[in-house]
Order: sequence, then structure tokens, then C-alpha cells
Amino acid sequence: MNYINRHCKIQKRILSAGGEVLYKNNDGSLDDFLEAGLKSLHISYPKFYKMDRPSKLGFLGAEVLLRDEVLLERYAPQEVAVVMASAHSSLDTDLRYFESMKTIASPALFVYTLANIVAGEICIRHGIKGENAFFVLPAFDASQLYAYVEMVMASQKTKACLAGWADVMGEQHDVFLYLVEKTNTAGLDHSVEHLQKLYQMNYGKVDRRP
Amino acid sequence: MKGRVHVAGTGIISAIGNSVPDSLLSFKNHFSGIGKVTLFNTIYENDLPVGEVRMSNAELSDKLSYHPTISRTALLGIHAAREAVRSSNIDLGKWRTGLISATTVGGMDRTESFFNSFLKDHSKGKLRDVVHHECGSSTELIADDLGINGFVSTINTACSSSVNAIALGARLINHNRLDVVIAGGTDALSKFTLNGFNSLMILDRQPCRPFDAGRNGLNLGEGAGFVVLISDRVKASVGLNTQCYVNGFANTNDAFHQTASSPEGRGSFGAMQKALDMSELSPEKIAYINLHGTGTLNNDLSEGTAVKRLYGDKYPRVSSTKAFTGHTLGASGGIEAVFSILSIQHQCVFPNLRFETPIPEIGITPQLNFETGLDVNHVMSNSFGFGGNCSSIIFSKS
Amino acid sequence: MEKLIGDLKRQIIEALNLKHLKPEDIGDEQPLFVEGLGLDSIDALELIVLLQQHYNIKLADPQEGPQIFKSVKTMAQYITSNKTA
Repeated sequence: MNYINRHCKIQKRILSAGGEVLYKNNDGSLDDFLEAGLKSLHISYPKFYKMDRPSKLGFLGAEVLLRDEVLLERYAPQEVAVVMASAHSSLDTDLRYFESMKTIASPALFVYTLANIVAGEICIRHGIKGENAFFVLPAFDASQLYAYVEMVMASQKTKACLAGWADVMGEQHDVFLYLVEKTNTAGLDHSVEHLQKLYQMNYGKVDRRP
Repeated sequence: MKGRVHVAGTGIISAIGNSVPDSLLSFKNHFSGIGKVTLFNTIYENDLPVGEVRMSNAELSDKLSYHPTISRTALLGIHAAREAVRSSNIDLGKWRTGLISATTVGGMDRTESFFNSFLKDHSKGKLRDVVHHECGSSTELIADDLGINGFVSTINTACSSSVNAIALGARLINHNRLDVVIAGGTDALSKFTLNGFNSLMILDRQPCRPFDAGRNGLNLGEGAGFVVLISDRVKASVGLNTQCYVNGFANTNDAFHQTASSPEGRGSFGAMQKALDMSELSPEKIAYINLHGTGTLNNDLSEGTAVKRLYGDKYPRVSSTKAFTGHTLGASGGIEAVFSILSIQHQCVFPNLRFETPIPEIGITPQLNFETGLDVNHVMSNSFGFGGNCSSIIFSKS
Repeated sequence: MEKLIGDLKRQIIEALNLKHLKPEDIGDEQPLFVEGLGLDSIDALELIVLLQQHYNIKLADPQEGPQIFKSVKTMAQYITSNKTA
């Protein structure tokens, strides 16, 4: 049995973890929100500003997911896996890179024109060296993610898995990340039903419009 | 691992041939597919050698009976997947069948031509050019073509994508979720990638020289490679005589940089070691390693360091077939898996073209000639991608 | 030269997304790579793009990079001696 011990979301400009809203802000652009969010958490990581939107979102999500927790104190680097998915892949960045091709192609943008770089950034930040996978799916799919994470965790060598969904296109963003482990600390079994519920749950105040 | 995952069929298209037999012939004759860009107009056409498939979109769509506006990535994928299924003699409809494809370019080859017209005038540009842009689309087109309704998925982990697709296929069969999986990848050449890699200054302006001291970068290539994987049950039921199986695979993250490998090749070493652990083979059992060997200063040094760490001076025959095909990006794992399987089927190893001098820091001399009549029981293939994604897979003789 | 150095600092901050820095935070002779700003290989490539975009200078050989991009001052000196209209 595996357990979902931590989870976090970034949806509708609300950054939350474990049901608690950590930061929200509707002013400015998505980029402004992400940078302000990072600052509000008192995180200093200059390389953040060079990342593209998918990587910033995934990175920020992983930061709040793993706040006050150092994975490598409990696991060897190769024992932690990363399994992620999105619908738009790197399209947001592809467009910006394409714009740059009009004058001079930007190497800094090109580097991010792949779906899985966000996983790489998370691994670099947290020293994770285990297995990593990235899927392109039409929408958040709890069963596919559940099935793959279960298979990864079935291996003796993998003891924890940072998994989830990090999708962005323009200002539209949708991030749901969670940590699956073999020991239980938060009392939530890793199951398709639980993943779906957590994904759909609203955090913080929701404007009720008629 | 309970039971085995057998390879029932293979299919391929690349700069060195439009089929598996054609590719073998190119290897035998040391015929490299690297040449000038002809597929599209580019300012780099005289500067940057590439590995193009020798079929235009019109020829491909004609041969496959498709409308020419579907992306080249999809056309190449359909071509190779069809060969794989045909060669397997498996009736896909009779089993729980899945398709796992990998791509990094997707429909970008068509989108970039749409975008140019669209940018100049928003009323211009054919919308049907962008309908198949996203990565999942080429997978769906392949699935539709093969009549697969079950599990269909797309992986994008840069250059290790299609090895990861094959590994996932093997896993799904091992866990008894599927009986048959068509797995691999496809990528077409595009201005997007040509310009992008050029901006990273890792393209060689000459035909590439993997693992050579004087190497100066990679040549981009294109193509598709697919394998048909089946379970013991399917093999017994159909009475197939398969020649090899998936023995082990592994994936790690180098956690060093978005696009460069750690100098010590930690990620590559980890992937190779874990794949050996999974297959319960000691390193010396590997007869041949199909290297990732892109020809960049960084990769070859890093990968070579990892190989030396694993083997010392007693390394097996090694070569990079990218000197023949170019770096086919998302398709490279699938294409090189097909080559690895070919190596077992024909008990041969492929040469590493244009090699002259070993890299001083590692001193590895790769295989220089096409050679047959060898004992090839286990072959390893490496694929390392941007984002630190390192994968290694081992095929073994049945 | 002073104006060029000032312009360069602003352009570097913008090109490399160094949002946590202001031009006055970058010393004229401060090492850009290794310590100092801790830039990496991709940043080096972006500096090559910067030379082309703003100063019309094409650097064909990336091996020349480390000397030219040692500091803002060495960049300014290189631009002054190589600038084409």
C-alpha cells in the first residue's frame, strides 16, 4: 500500500498546500503572481527567473509541497522518483521561442521547449536522481497517473514519488502535485478516488457567481 | 520479473533506410545518411548537415494513403509502426493492445509553416496545418491507423522518450495490464529544432564524429522506430518464434543542468548500472553497447566516463549509430532499440563512422567496422535526454 | 565607455532574467562566471546573442567567450574594438 502524504495546488492564482492557502494574488500577470509567490515564501533561487512558465509553476509547487521537509534526509537520491504530466507540454514556451526565431533564436528559451524540463528543474533543486517520467495527456487523468506511480513504487529501489499535473498555457494554469510514499503519515491511501477528490477540491474562498 | 517480454516485430525509417532490411544493408556498406538539408529552405542549408529520410511528405502520404497535411512526424511514425506490426504477424484486435509513442517535435513541422503566414497576416495560414500540432496527436493518428482503441499514451522526455516508451510497454506487460504493446517514437526535422540546436552551438558543421577527440557537435536527424512487445502467453498462443526479449531497463535523473550532463556521467552510470541490476547480468555479459554518442563534447565525454567507470579498460564493443542517422531526438531510443535488436538477430555489431582518435580523457576506441559471426547475447542501448533524463535498456537473445 | 558599461549592465540583466539584481549591483570588473553572478553555459550563449542583437557583433567561436565575458568591462572593451555599424 502506498500513501499520499502531501499535496499542493496552484489554481486560479491560489497557491495552497494540504488544504491551506499560502498565497493568493489576482494583480498583474501570471508571471508577476509566480514571482511574488516565490518571494512570499522567502525562497531565494535566482535561477527561478530564467525558467519558463511550466518550470516556474512546477518548481513553486514542489517548493510548497516539500516545505519544511528535506527529502534527502530520509531517502537516498535514487530512491525518489518524479512522475508528471501535462496537456499543453511546452507550447507556451514554444510560441515564445518561435517569436525569438524572427530575429535571433534564443538558446535560453529553446532549452525549455520540452515538456520534461520542469521535472529536471525539480530534480536539480531537490537533488532527486531516481526514475522520472513525463506524459502528455489530454487532461488530468487520475487513473493513468495512479497506475504509473504504482508501477514505479513496485520497484524495490523507489521509496517515494513526487507526482502530479503541471499545465500552463498563457495565463491559464493548473498545478496539482503530491508526494506518494511507502509509509503513512497523513492517512490518505494512494488511490484513483483520492487523487480525483484532491484535484477537484477548492482551496480558500471561492467567488460564488450566479 | 515474472515471465518475459518478447520482441515480436520491429519497424523503422531513418536517413539510412525506409525499412529494417534497408537499414542493415546501409550498415553493411558503411553508408551514412548524413547530407544537406533538402526538406525546407533554411539559411543553414549549406552549413548544417542532417540525416533526412529519403522520402518527401508527398511520397510518404501517397505510400501510406494519407492526406499530405498531416505532420511529417505522424507520417514517419505510421510508416514505421506499420512495418513493426506487419513483421510481428500479430492480430492486434485479438489481444489487450496498447500504443505508447514518444515525440518531441509533434506537428511542429507543419505549425511553423502555418505560423509564418499567420504572423504576416492573421487571415492567412491554413488552420488544418495546426490541427495536429500537439504531441499526442501523432500518437492518436498512429493508434487510429493500427486500429488500437485500448491504452494509448504519449511520452515526452526529450531524447530518452522512446526508450522510456518501450520500458513502459514492458512494464505494462509484466504487470499483466496489456498483452501486446507497440512502443517507440517518431520525430521529423523542423526549422524549430535546427535553429534551436544551432543557438545552443552544439551542431557540427561537418558530418558528426561521435566519440572522437576532434568531435565538434551533433547532426540532427529524423525518423521513427517501433517495436512490438508481447507476453509469454501471446507468444505461446500464436506459436511465434521470437529472437529476443527485453531483459532490463532503467531511468535516472542526472540532476545537474537542463541540457548538459554531469562531467562524471552520474546519471548515465546510474541508468546503465540499474539496467544491469534489473536483468541480473554482470557488465561483461554485454556484447555490444549502442551508445547515445551524439558527438557533442559534453555527452561523449560524460557517457564515456560512465562506461569506463563501469568497465575500466575491459569495455565491450561500443559504437554510436548517430554517425549514420544523425540524432533523431525523440525517435532515437526507438530507432536504436531496433538497431540493438537487429544486432542480436544477425549476431553483428555496427561501426562508429568517422572515428580517428580516442578522446584523451577516456581512451575508448569504438567498433570501426561492420562485423558479423559474433556471439551477441546481450545488447545495451543508451539514450540520454535534456532535463537530465537518462535511460538504458538491455535486449537479450532468446 | 562609461555609458556603454551602464547600457551593458541593463542589457545583461534583461537578457539573462537577473531580476534580483539592479545595474548598480554589478561591479564593472566583477567576474560574471564562476563566482560573482554565477552564470552558466546557457547564459554564455545568451551573451553571444546579446552581442549580435545590440552591437551587431557575431561571435563564431564560443571558445573565445570566457575571455570576452570575464566581466562587464572586458565585454565593453571587446565591443569598442569590434563594433561594426
